[in-house]
Amino acid sequence: MEIPVTHYVVLASVLFAIGVYGVITRKNILIVLMCLELMLNSCNLLFVVFSRLYEGATGHVFVLMSVTVAAAEVAVGLAFVVSIYRQKESLDIDLLKLLRG
Amino acid sequence: MVVSHKNPVSSAISLVLTLFSTAVLFVLLHAHFIAAIQILIYAGAIMVLFLFTVMFLNIRDSELRFDSMNIPKRMTFLFLFIAVVGFFASKLFSSSPVVFSELRDPENFGTVADVGRSLFSDYLLAFELTSVLVVIAMVGVLVIAKGRES
Repeated sequence: MEIPVTHYVVLASVLFAIGVYGVITRKNILIVLMCLELMLNSCNLLFVVFSRLYEGATGHVFVLMSVTVAAAEVAVGLAFVVSIYRQKESLDIDLLKLLRG
Repeated sequence: MVVSHKNPVSSAISLVLTLFSTAVLFVLLHAHFIAAIQILIYAGAIMVLFLFTVMFLNIRDSELRFDSMNIPKRMTFLFLFIAVVGFFASKLFSSSPVVFSELRDPENFGTVADVGRSLFSDYLLAFELTSVLVVIAMVGVLVIAKGRES
């Protein structure tokens, strides 16, 4: 009945890989941000799994912190998206080459 | 599904689905408080923020064309990821499965009281620093969104 730890670990790595894949291949900046969320979420899953394995509340506290940081990061990221869209009229990340030397 | 949809709204809805499924896994792992936080903050607040931005930007369909399918590049990455993840997954599955032990006190593990006691005693400094971070993020967002001209 109980699901083994390895299944959770594999699920979390698959989620993380999907996130990395999205960050690398997509050009829409909104979807890149969503894939970042996916990666953070898979790390949260791992934290909870190992917290359950070693029976401590530390992992839960870490997840709480990372959720807060993710919320702050998304807020800042979406503010950037809004200001970039005002300037460039597009969500294409290939247009963001202001820092290219 | 988050990565394959062209429309950001469909991606966001798929992401909500994924987050809910992860919350279900958290409940299975006796992390009830974290599951509630996951649904409230992630699936509630963050996704509303995403959808609000998508609606706010009022993107027309023609503007999403730039994200057209670059099939060979995508397929290359896809096969690469399947190969790497499959390799590690097969390694993990072939080793003997690690099973969770019985909880010492199943009544108490993962409850608000348990997490809160740890949060406000051992990790008090980290908690306060997180609140500072949130304030900084809020002020930063206001400055960025306000723009330079006004």
